[in-house]
Amino acid sequence: MNGETTRHDQPPTSAKSGQMWGTSGSTSRRQFLRTWSLAVPAMLLALRSKAVAIWFTGETPNYNAKEHRYGMGIDVDKCIGCGRCAEACKNENDVPREPFYFRTWVERYVITPGDTLVDSPNGGIDGFPPTTSEKGILRTFFVPKLCNHCEDPPCVQVCPVGATFSTEDGVVLVDQDYCVGCRYCVQACPYGARFVNPKTHTADKCTFCYHRLVKGLQPACVEVCPNGARIFGDIRQRSSPLARFQRMRKLHTLKPHLNTKPKVYYADLDEEVR
Amino acid sequence: MPKQLTRLIILFAILTGGLVSARHFLLPKTFGELGHYRAAAVTTIAARPIHYAGRDACSTCHADIFEIHARNKHQTVACEVCHGPAAAHVESPTDVELPKPNKRALCPMCHRYDPSRPTGFPQIDPQTHNPVKPCITCHNPHQPEPPHVPGECSACHGEIARTKAVSRHAGLDCTVCHATPVKHKVTPREVHPEKPRTRVFCASCHAKAAKSSAEIPRIDVDTHGGRYLCWQCHYPHQPEGA
Repeated sequence: MNGETTRHDQPPTSAKSGQMWGTSGSTSRRQFLRTWSLAVPAMLLALRSKAVAIWFTGETPNYNAKEHRYGMGIDVDKCIGCGRCAEACKNENDVPREPFYFRTWVERYVITPGDTLVDSPNGGIDGFPPTTSEKGILRTFFVPKLCNHCEDPPCVQVCPVGATFSTEDGVVLVDQDYCVGCRYCVQACPYGARFVNPKTHTADKCTFCYHRLVKGLQPACVEVCPNGARIFGDIRQRSSPLARFQRMRKLHTLKPHLNTKPKVYYADLDEEVR
Repeated sequence: MPKQLTRLIILFAILTGGLVSARHFLLPKTFGELGHYRAAAVTTIAARPIHYAGRDACSTCHADIFEIHARNKHQTVACEVCHGPAAAHVESPTDVELPKPNKRALCPMCHRYDPSRPTGFPQIDPQTHNPVKPCITCHNPHQPEPPHVPGECSACHGEIARTKAVSRHAGLDCTVCHATPVKHKVTPREVHPEKPRTRVFCASCHAKAAKSSAEIPRIDVDTHGGRYLCWQCHYPHQPEGA
């Protein structure tokens, strides 16, 4: 294309080129090039009309799921057990307020010699009652839990109707209009991250706040975590906070022996946490 | 062709045709576009409304608070942690007001002492730490550093400083009650600071007619306490008693 344009730019008086390309060829070629040198970029622009529209209107570009691969990091040593994440999750996703429906919740581990106590009263939303005795505690800490958005999710495998699935950006979702509420996925999830919503009678679970991700926002639990214990981002994108967290910290996943390949990564996780 | 084979072929054709048409009508439109699921479900889920607007949304209108907040200890605490989901307020700022949680209940969610919290995280015992008063009396939530006794006083009077810090008088400077000559710093045992010598001094806040905040407890100065000075019964650095 470039070569031809240069040739076209040569002075039209050049008789030599005219003879070489035929008598009428010179004019028609010039016309051809003049037309197409405008038409081709115009067509390319028209093809990218969405992009053009964004330049002019300032609208956010259409979300492309293939460009992302989401995961979450949890810094166990930073969790203060305030339960704001569970509260925000219920607000954001209209999860029933009853104390047994949670998309995310906070567990308290109290480890004494020979015994491990785990509790999560109302998911940690109302705080935790004082531990019975502080004496004899070896270790104690909080662990936020949620759907692990496994790379190989057992819940998706067992769904008889294809109502739960992994999206192209690695989020495990439930199609509420298609779910028959058979509870098979609730049984299959090794992390107890699913429940049947009493209003819709369909399976319900953490979506990584998918409706926020497509708008460029962070999940509600990450947004409100006051101590930065939850880190969210793109696993593939090297500059994302999560990728940095993955490089800098020693990470564990929950129940790795099940080969579910979770995408929720815990830093400084105690061996007692399951 | 044998008769039975023709019948079999017709039967198979009907079955196949029935299967294909049944599949066409029963299978949702977008099923299988991206995988073994309805692609339209992703769009439905993505279209759900948001409730939390994100902290950047707040900075547009509340730039002054946002700036103070960003320079202080609560900088990692998003606005919506205390003020609740704000998307509706961002949509119509005048119609939807966000709560100002100025009660004592909210702060202990994070700051009540709990051995499970990470070491070094600031924690208090709500039973003994300045009870009853709302936290915002001493701590501005956007700038939570409490008023502290200056090092000039606390260097020697550390115990009093620590006692006063969790008492109802935490917000009062030492010099409100103790007029301190400069020489007290040079020769502390020879030049002493003053102590309130009259009942009128305490009455300026605690008398029935005093022009002070409504939450301050009131007494009738004429009848209460007789001939004694106030601080002879009430220890001013911990006035509500142990």
